Amino acid sequence: MGEDIGLWGVPLAIIGGAIRVSTPFLFVSLGECLTERSGRINLGLEGTLVFGAMSAYAIAYETGSPWLGVLAAMIAGTIFGLLHGWICSLPKVNDIAIGIALMLFGMGLAFFFGKSFIQPVAPDLPAISFGFWSDYPQVQAALKVNILFLIGIAASLGLWWMLRNTKIGLRIRVVGDSTDAARAMGLRPNVVKLLSTAAGGALAGVGGAYLSLYYPGSWNEGISSGQGLMAVALVIFARWNPIYCFWAALLFGGAGALGPALQSVGVTQGYYLFYAAPYVLTLVVMIFTSSAAKTMTGAPAELSITK
Amino acid sequence: MAEQSLAQVPITAASGPLSKAVRRSEGVVIPVAALLCGLLAFSLFLLVVGKSPIEFYQLIYKAGFGTAFSWQNTLSRSAPFLLAALCVALPARLGLVIIGGEGAIVLGGVATGACASLLMNAPALLAIPTMMAVGALAGAVWIGAVGAMRHYRGVNETISSLLMAYIAIAIMNQLVEGPLRDPASLNKPSTLPLAEHLQVGSLPEMDVHWGLAAGIIACVFSWILIEKTSWGFAARIAGGNVRAAQIQGLPVGKLIVGFTALGGAFGGLAGMFEVSAVQGAANASIAAGFGYTGILIAFLARQNPLAIIPVAILLGGIEASSGLIQRRMDLPDATVLVMQGFIFIAILISETFYGKLRIFDPDGWRS
Repeated sequence: MGEDIGLWGVPLAIIGGAIRVSTPFLFVSLGECLTERSGRINLGLEGTLVFGAMSAYAIAYETGSPWLGVLAAMIAGTIFGLLHGWICSLPKVNDIAIGIALMLFGMGLAFFFGKSFIQPVAPDLPAISFGFWSDYPQVQAALKVNILFLIGIAASLGLWWMLRNTKIGLRIRVVGDSTDAARAMGLRPNVVKLLSTAAGGALAGVGGAYLSLYYPGSWNEGISSGQGLMAVALVIFARWNPIYCFWAALLFGGAGALGPALQSVGVTQGYYLFYAAPYVLTLVVMIFTSSAAKTMTGAPAELSITK
Repeated sequence: MAEQSLAQVPITAASGPLSKAVRRSEGVVIPVAALLCGLLAFSLFLLVVGKSPIEFYQLIYKAGFGTAFSWQNTLSRSAPFLLAALCVALPARLGLVIIGGEGAIVLGGVATGACASLLMNAPALLAIPTMMAVGALAGAVWIGAVGAMRHYRGVNETISSLLMAYIAIAIMNQLVEGPLRDPASLNKPSTLPLAEHLQVGSLPEMDVHWGLAAGIIACVFSWILIEKTSWGFAARIAGGNVRAAQIQGLPVGKLIVGFTALGGAFGGLAGMFEVSAVQGAANASIAAGFGYTGILIAFLARQNPLAIIPVAILLGGIEASSGLIQRRMDLPDATVLVMQGFIFIAILISETFYGKLRIFDPDGWRS
């Protein structure tokens, strides 16, 4: 078989693209979700994502194991998270400004150390083919799912359960909703925020590893174009709920796949504008879900971004 | 209790020229110290990667500030920084953190390129002011929209401005590859090259383009606007406490849209000068990251438009020496980014020391 399936290729490519493109969105938004639930916002995850991509690629190339690369990206992300969390715990320091500084710093460091890894080829992360039942290569291509995507689904379920049902989750939520209440309970808000930011950084690092080790699958300086920042907006859209983060990430991934999908069936007019679809979608979503008058439902009360 | 603690507060704070000077010096000493700490941390970084920090700073001095030629190069490069930093500093007066100035620069540049192709046969005296107005307008609309989204829909301006920057770059790519493309530009799609007489020339007696003068005028104008007019005062109140400003009957919405649009206009103007004085046509080179360096400059200058001038020149000098550093020390071009990152983090950490250091408080000296 394998004949031309015509325009059906477009939705199919979008579905496949959504699965492929959404994984970094998913990991960064889960990390940001965790951090924001503790009442802090980390805009530096864009830098963490890029540095994670570079370190994962470098370690995977040097050791030959992509999973060690993922581990390296997690460690790098944790360090960036700890740095952010520590600086923010100083009085009078603005978490949004620190995020911008760390975004530029992370990207600078990644470009600095990544120069020598632009040429070599590192091993890819493995994928599972769920499309074996179909004879169409397009279907098979669309349903080739990377293991990190599945881990991401598990992580969003796990995070949702953790925030809802465990002592750690309760602590994070209390700190995020009222620092005073947390202090009254004997919690140390800065420590809880520090650890939440570090864990969030680790998740964002994994998102970066996916970028360089699976899709697009190589390291270069333009590897991330704002996915880390879009993920921050996506968390607002997902109302700080890890399960909604998953659906939102799929939606954004689909928007990101629109341009390449149309190009694959020969639509080349306005390619750059389709490429901007995820940014426009994020903006439209923010316009419709934000409000000038009232606080958003589900928002942690201590979060500076919604005040 | 309350009476007791009130009684301990000295009724008259120490006055006199020395005390005043000491109090004021806090705003200069802390940022300079933070800058030096950032450079020190970056020096350690250079040592760790096996390069000499002394050689590094010598090269910056030599290529950025050593000779008249290097000064001209530095000043030319600082022109877009001045304008890009204002795009951050003006909205900052209202408490807004705008990081998408790059979008205003890019669209200002494309608008200039398009305008110049239409006015190819017009006299320079008519065409250049039109290009300036069109470039500034494009930037003003773009960043003003960010302000409007913030005020009317509560959309976070930091995120939306960066998204708008990505959208602006996509629009530029679409335009220079499509309707505005010069068929002769093969490898690097560009708009039609500017006619000779429409290219903005150099300042008298210098090899520095007019963008520098425009940038300095814009900084002085912004300082007067913020410090000496009632609009600037109203903006500061609104930046401190929106509700208080609304109760006072201040037009918060107009202030937000006005200040963001003005910042965007300066960003657009930066793009206009990049196209008309440096590149000669609008193409992907105008998205060179001026907007991001502008964020750092504005924070280093503590959002003060006059302080932006020396800081922008310093960063312009660093930028000017980047090429020499790459060749002589075999360092990647991202080295300057890493250095900027160190400085940025140091300057933000220094925020925590304001009002804490007794040395800046003449009242505390005696006790």
